[in-house]
Amino acid sequence: MDIFLQQIINGLVLGSIYALVALGYTMVYGILGLINFAHGDIVMVGALTALSVIAGLAGGAVPAPLILALALFAAILVCVALGVSIERVAYRPLRRAPRLAPLITAIGVSILIQYTAALIWSKQYIALPEIIRPSQFTLAGASFTDLQLFIFVLACGVMAGLLWFLRHTRLGKAMRASEQSPDVAGLMGIDVNRVIAFTFLLGSALGAVAGLMGIDVNRVIAFTFLLGSALGAVAGLMVVLYYGIGHYFMGFMLGLKAFTAAVLGGIGKVNGAVLGGLLLGLIESLASGYIGDLTGGVLGSNYRDIFAFLVLVVVLVFRPSGLIGERAADRA
Amino acid sequence: MNRTRYLATGLLLVAALLMQGCGKEEPPKPAPKAEAPPPPPATVVKIGSAAPITGPQAHIGVDIRNGTQLAVDDINAAGLTIDGKKIKLELVSEDDEANPTKATTVAQKLVDSKVVAVVGHFNSGASIPASKIYSDAGIPQISPSSTNPKYTQQGFKTTFRVVANDDQQGPVGAKFALEKLKPKTIAVIDDSTAYGQGLADTFEATAKAGGAKIVAREHTTDKDTDFKAILTKIKGRKPELIFFGGIDPQAGPMAKQMVELGIKAKFMGGDGMQAQNFIKLAGNAAEGAMASMPGLPKDQMPGGAKFLEKFKARFNAEVELYAPMGYDAVFVLVEAMKRANSTDPARFLSEIGKTDYKGVIGPIAFDDKGDLRNGPITIYVVKDGKWETLEVVTPGGPPAAAAAEAAKAAEPVKK
Repeated sequence: MDIFLQQIINGLVLGSIYALVALGYTMVYGILGLINFAHGDIVMVGALTALSVIAGLAGGAVPAPLILALALFAAILVCVALGVSIERVAYRPLRRAPRLAPLITAIGVSILIQYTAALIWSKQYIALPEIIRPSQFTLAGASFTDLQLFIFVLACGVMAGLLWFLRHTRLGKAMRASEQSPDVAGLMGIDVNRVIAFTFLLGSALGAVAGLMGIDVNRVIAFTFLLGSALGAVAGLMVVLYYGIGHYFMGFMLGLKAFTAAVLGGIGKVNGAVLGGLLLGLIESLASGYIGDLTGGVLGSNYRDIFAFLVLVVVLVFRPSGLIGERAADRA
Repeated sequence: MNRTRYLATGLLLVAALLMQGCGKEEPPKPAPKAEAPPPPPATVVKIGSAAPITGPQAHIGVDIRNGTQLAVDDINAAGLTIDGKKIKLELVSEDDEANPTKATTVAQKLVDSKVVAVVGHFNSGASIPASKIYSDAGIPQISPSSTNPKYTQQGFKTTFRVVANDDQQGPVGAKFALEKLKPKTIAVIDDSTAYGQGLADTFEATAKAGGAKIVAREHTTDKDTDFKAILTKIKGRKPELIFFGGIDPQAGPMAKQMVELGIKAKFMGGDGMQAQNFIKLAGNAAEGAMASMPGLPKDQMPGGAKFLEKFKARFNAEVELYAPMGYDAVFVLVEAMKRANSTDPARFLSEIGKTDYKGVIGPIAFDDKGDLRNGPITIYVVKDGKWETLEVVTPGGPPAAAAAEAAKAAEPVKK
């Protein structure tokens, strides 16, 4: 029974990472109707940037918490810059194009980022230097580390912060308004272009967000991207801390699963991304833990990735709007 | 769309095409420079090298390629004459990315570029499919590292290896574990590759025959980094030893995650784990991990110390895993050419089977399948962040060194 609890813990931590990345997908989809396939790779860039900073500063006189903070800051900056530029260069010109065009562009951007990262960081696995020694706790026979706790709590905090922001600030409301109907929002005086860019930006760096919010309330779209990319950077740092390695292709699978999580919860809804992420993490953890027993050894845990995609297929076939999504007809 | 857009897109496409042309990460074909000024134009004889030069296992592939390159340079420097002609060796290096499909493409490419022999591949999963192509073309293939038994069991005359295979490595590792660690319960994990699964199978079979109980048999892939679910499941079964058939990009994180989950079992693996990179990836969690590796400990190899120095001086890096084997493989090929007095594979192929060469790694002779005779296997343990020799076993050969090493073997360090 204690390994069940352990699998739950593993699943929740994994799920919080999925949730953070899923938020980036869902916010951009909500506002632009675009599945930003490049988002997983933005997370990867954040992760590798953080890794480089940590590797550069490790072993020196800088204390570990400060190294982490600097790594986070650097990751956020890079991801924000990347996210906003992508929106500006690749997606904004296609704002009025048929939906297929930005989708294909997103895939192209994704590949571009992956191989640029391979040129910068090489294709090898890069190991995280040990600057923190996670201490362990046991709870009813399941052991977890303070790092896992930290990841989970941080993810929850960030998500709660995001929800608060969307509900109680002008910019957040502007984002939600643009999400529901960009044209009407435009009529209300919100500069929709800026909202979109803001979304990309926000996704990249939560820290930079605070500064940017004071500047221009109308850049809501850019802010959405900013927010999504910021969250992605945080998620990237978490992945690096959790697994201790990074490499140029790590964004691909992570992005696909996070996208699945967003769809599972209801794409376009922030609550949905959180719920979907946590749920997917749990499903994956439990399934790969018990699949061997369930199938009598026929399927092993190396089929782990299948579950995420099975979930995607099932959701799209039976309930495409997701768990808490609204049954909305396609917007005209 | 207006003209500016078309123009910009067109320019971008052209730029992309140009970058693709000159964007290779590393120059893959360094032509060896002969030390002495070349006299009358020498005949160029090409030797192929196939290994993962990019990707998670690149550190091992580049290591093999460097060892092979070093041999080519040494031979060229000493001057090679066969059948009255001056020969200049040239290494044609290809990247198979540890991917079985890419390996066949690479094999075809090497055959088409008229190499007379191939040192490669690294992974059994790559060597085995590629061997068919080399065999069809009559090109001898010496693998410095592939240990899956099937590689030499296909009935091809062209397959050779300069390391012991997993029919020996698995049982040697298992016997060592049973004798020294005496685990009552063992969990086995593999990475679903030809190598990993094969090694895990032979280990498991021997361990079972030796009386241990296999409490879990799990699988992962050679791309995975998250083993929490598998390890949690294994943790519930309480094994005293966990054996992993796979390579260090997986073994490293696995060791780390074992510690994070509070698993107290000992961790053991095969040659894929015995790389320096394992310690880098696992950090402090590597302490106490054990691995078997075909070949003598590098400092005990007859030519070991000198080779390590030469390698470090030339490439400014420590030997990772299989460089000495790659080095000797080239010499074995050249010796065969000398005996046959020809650089034509059809002529010197039969000489390879008669090899009796004292290389850097020790005496090299092949049996009728192409396997190395009396290949020694060493068991290592990570102590103080470095791989240390625990025991050397020579299956089928004189146990001279083994007794001395066994006496020296301290209790494996607890994590």
